[in-house]
Amino acid sequence: MLSAVRRLSNSVTVVAKSGILRQKHTLPALPYGYNDLEPTISGDIMQLHHQKHHATYVNNLNKVEEQLKDCVDSGNVSGVIGLQSAIKFNGGGHINHSIFWENLSPNGGGEPEGALKSAIEKDFGSVDAFRTTLSTNTIAIQGSGWGWLGYNKETGRLQITTCANQDPLQGTTGLVPLFGIDVWEHAYYLQYKNVRPDYVKAIWDIVNWKDVTDRYQQVIGN
Amino acid sequence: KFVCNIGSGNRKMATYILLLLFAGAFSTCEMAIYDVIAEPAEAYELPDLPYQYTELEPNIDEQTLEVHHQGHHRSYTDKMNSALAEWREEEPSNDFARSSILEILRNVEQIPDRWQTAIKNNGGGYVNHILYWATMCPAPEAISSNLKSAIERSFGSFENFKEQFTSTAKSLFGSGYVWLCEDDNSRLFILTSANQDSPVSKGLYPILVIDIWEHAYYLKHQYRRPDYVTSWWNVACWQEVEKLQEFWHSDGSKVQPQQIWRPHM
Repeated sequence: MLSAVRRLSNSVTVVAKSGILRQKHTLPALPYGYNDLEPTISGDIMQLHHQKHHATYVNNLNKVEEQLKDCVDSGNVSGVIGLQSAIKFNGGGHINHSIFWENLSPNGGGEPEGALKSAIEKDFGSVDAFRTTLSTNTIAIQGSGWGWLGYNKETGRLQITTCANQDPLQGTTGLVPLFGIDVWEHAYYLQYKNVRPDYVKAIWDIVNWKDVTDRYQQVIGN
Repeated sequence: KFVCNIGSGNRKMATYILLLLFAGAFSTCEMAIYDVIAEPAEAYELPDLPYQYTELEPNIDEQTLEVHHQGHHRSYTDKMNSALAEWREEEPSNDFARSSILEILRNVEQIPDRWQTAIKNNGGGYVNHILYWATMCPAPEAISSNLKSAIERSFGSFENFKEQFTSTAKSLFGSGYVWLCEDDNSRLFILTSANQDSPVSKGLYPILVIDIWEHAYYLKHQYRRPDYVTSWWNVACWQEVEKLQEFWHSDGSKVQPQQIWRPHM
């Protein structure tokens, strides 16, 4: 209850400009403490990742949306176009990390169950095959990016794909994000250094199957 | 057996001259870390840094240099070698496959699809890191008047150049590099590349570079990339930049006819 109240008071800061009310984006609180995902992800990494990296995306998204509003209001189409990459970086960063914190849990790991498990077995053969494919594809990302389990609404199938930088899954591919693995180096470097495969292997110990299942149920339910 | 019939005074002179010749020969043979990229090879080695891991402290920390070199750069080297070996085995009569990695990257679109991504990423990683190591040093000298004039001609002032380079480095999104490049008309300009893409693939001559991948600074600076960029300027090495310019101008970087790697028969 207390955390819900805290989240509500954090989430609405109303800015009045030209008589139009606009909500600023805010950094969501983590559903657990910074140290709670140890030993898989260190407290240091979680704190920096949340308080610095994610917070910067949120702050920059707010700034760029102010600029966007000014450009739109003044009919500056060229200016609107010029802001697109900053919107994608920072907006994508905010979306992706908001999903990521909920995709992980100190009580995670184990195996998926029920409808999600059936869907994984149907679309990938087995849970192991799914894990291997998502891990391999994620490890192979060149540079910075995310590996994703997504849902394809058109085909009704689960799909694995990767996105570069902070490109948001749904915005750029149409797939609905279910589970993402952040492989920007800031997500693991202090602990795993250049050994990205060890980080990707370990993250399966903290995957929050309940959250992934909820997202799946929500998209197939609609 | 060397028999010396000259008197003792002349013997000293002869020894002195021999030593000078030897020293002279040695210094003209001194290899720059990037010389290897222009040489065809069956397999490339991870070159040693031109300085110890401790020698760029406090600007670049020892742990970062070691992991960056022995972890990341070594991995690019090994994967590049694997991809080259596989390509050459599959296409035994393709001379292009046997040219130097520099020549291959200069013509990256000619690499067959099957190996293009692997060679672009890993060969690029191999070459880009060599150039990054090459343009840093423990004791940078003041920029020469020649190079300073060249920069002023292209950027208006040295301060303008430094400000532009710095702000580009701070704002580059994702993984990549910021380069100072020269073109065939001797113009200097700043270029960014994503991931392990290399300016050599655009026919350009990179003479100064900063690696902006997070692994280049995260252990020491974490999210504070601007602090890393500031520190990097303290080890950006103008005398090495000029030597690299010379390398591109000389024949050393140009492929000679018939200069491909051939296996011993």
